[in-house]
Amino acid sequence: MARKVTTRHKIVATAAAWAVALIIFFPILYTIITSFKSETEAIAGFKLIPSFTTESYREVQGQYNYFKPFMNSVILSVGSTLLALLIAVPAAWAMAFSPTKRTKDVLMWMLSTKMMPAVAVLFPMYIIFRDLGLLDSRIGLTLMLTMINLPIVVWMLYTYFREIPGEILEAARMDGASLWNEIVYVLTPMAVPGIASTMLLNIILAWNEAFWTIRLTTTEAAPLTAFISSFSSPQGLFWAKLSAASTLAIAPILIMGWFSQKQLVRGLTFGAVK
Amino acid sequence: MATRQTQTLARLMMAPSVVLLFIWMIVPLAITLWLSFQQYNPLNPIRDGFVGLANYALFYSNPAFFFAILNTLIIVGAVLLITIVGGILLAILLDQPIFGQGVVRILVISPFFVMPPVAALVWKNMILHPGYGVTADLARFLGLQPVDWFAQYPLFSIIMIVAWQWLPFATLILLTSLQSLDGEQKEAAEMDGAGALARFWYLTLPHMSRAITVVILIQTIFLLAVYAEILVTTNGGPGYASTNLPFLVYQKASLEFKIGQASAGGIIAVILANIVAFFAMRAVGKNLDK
Repeated sequence: MARKVTTRHKIVATAAAWAVALIIFFPILYTIITSFKSETEAIAGFKLIPSFTTESYREVQGQYNYFKPFMNSVILSVGSTLLALLIAVPAAWAMAFSPTKRTKDVLMWMLSTKMMPAVAVLFPMYIIFRDLGLLDSRIGLTLMLTMINLPIVVWMLYTYFREIPGEILEAARMDGASLWNEIVYVLTPMAVPGIASTMLLNIILAWNEAFWTIRLTTTEAAPLTAFISSFSSPQGLFWAKLSAASTLAIAPILIMGWFSQKQLVRGLTFGAVK
Repeated sequence: MATRQTQTLARLMMAPSVVLLFIWMIVPLAITLWLSFQQYNPLNPIRDGFVGLANYALFYSNPAFFFAILNTLIIVGAVLLITIVGGILLAILLDQPIFGQGVVRILVISPFFVMPPVAALVWKNMILHPGYGVTADLARFLGLQPVDWFAQYPLFSIIMIVAWQWLPFATLILLTSLQSLDGEQKEAAEMDGAGALARFWYLTLPHMSRAITVVILIQTIFLLAVYAEILVTTNGGPGYASTNLPFLVYQKASLEFKIGQASAGGIIAVILANIVAFFAMRAVGKNLDK
């Protein structure tokens, strides 16, 4: 039942919505614009049309070896996501398909670990990492990010798996499918979309994690969050370079984010809003 | 259909997640709790030892701790207010029929995907910088004196940045909830002569109440832990003007090496988070029963 919409209403709403959207998006837009300016141009006052120089991008790579933290971000976010999935898929599967009275309590408890403020365990984590030789190592940070996001991964997978009807499994079993066939031909195709969404959201969260990635790294394993933070005490003119580094740091995740709006809502509200 | 065999299998499948999470949570927390009753300074170990509740007593005697807790609550409260009110208004606006809705939506949610250090540095340098920022350009254009935001209004500036990051989240979730509102209900209300305001108050708002609760709870968890935004902008200053509890704990532990005090601060942060978590769990848990 479509409601009748007057053209005037639509035009007014459109103008208002675009105005607000552009204001909200402006800091990002202006960063992208500034990244194509020269350093002197960047501080020469407000200007929306840059000279389209790629000088800053070259300098960010040449002067700071940008590729290294970028690769670290990729390795950490993808690595920790895969590892978390490896641990979480069996757990979520078990909870969804053979739930017990305590399944809900376990889920709740997992969620509660997510609410522990990271800063409360900063020092213990630091000495544990130091004693295990994991400080500033990609392995250590991957493990950390895996554990941080594990509760969300289990939860998200659980809400997806729960929607797979159990009757289908029973039907497959009745038809004489072996456990292996059941998993490969029946469950996997139905579980893949949920796993993919979970993966996407988790990569975004891991990419943007900005406490442990800053505190537990120095140079070797430092991802983009730590790299960008080092720009907080700059020397000389750096506006255009900061913009170029920032643009590169947010672009991949911004694009991934645009494609995962729905999953984002679901994952971050633990299935409470769909 | 759960046989004993599948039950055992299910336990085995859950074990890695449960065991790992448990160890990962309990070991560091136990160390922090133990340290919170100690004087422990790696640089000056002579006076190390058990001090009872002395570290916690500092929360009464040391103004830094008082400011930190106050600032933490101000950040949480202000950002929640801005994002919830703004999010409701934006969600209603985006729910209207508009040209290019998909693009508008993408523009609005984008800040949420910006990593905190980038968000903070972009705001600090591109937008709020008293010399080269856009607000300074605007002020000069209007013939006004540019404002040095982080020196004059440090806490407000941080609230602005954090609210910018979280407004998209609130909008996205409230919009999702709004779009699940039954169109026929709206129409029925309209036909019964309910004005726009009445429809909002008696129909839309109650429908969104659950989503609003979820937004409040989830944001609170993250807002209690704001850290990178402070680190790269004000560094907690001037004085303690923009120091929140996580940042103070970090300062005490990593800069002053007062591990005992930092640990006590950490335990207080845990207690604060637990109070919130208690309510969060109840709200999310209710949904599970459905």
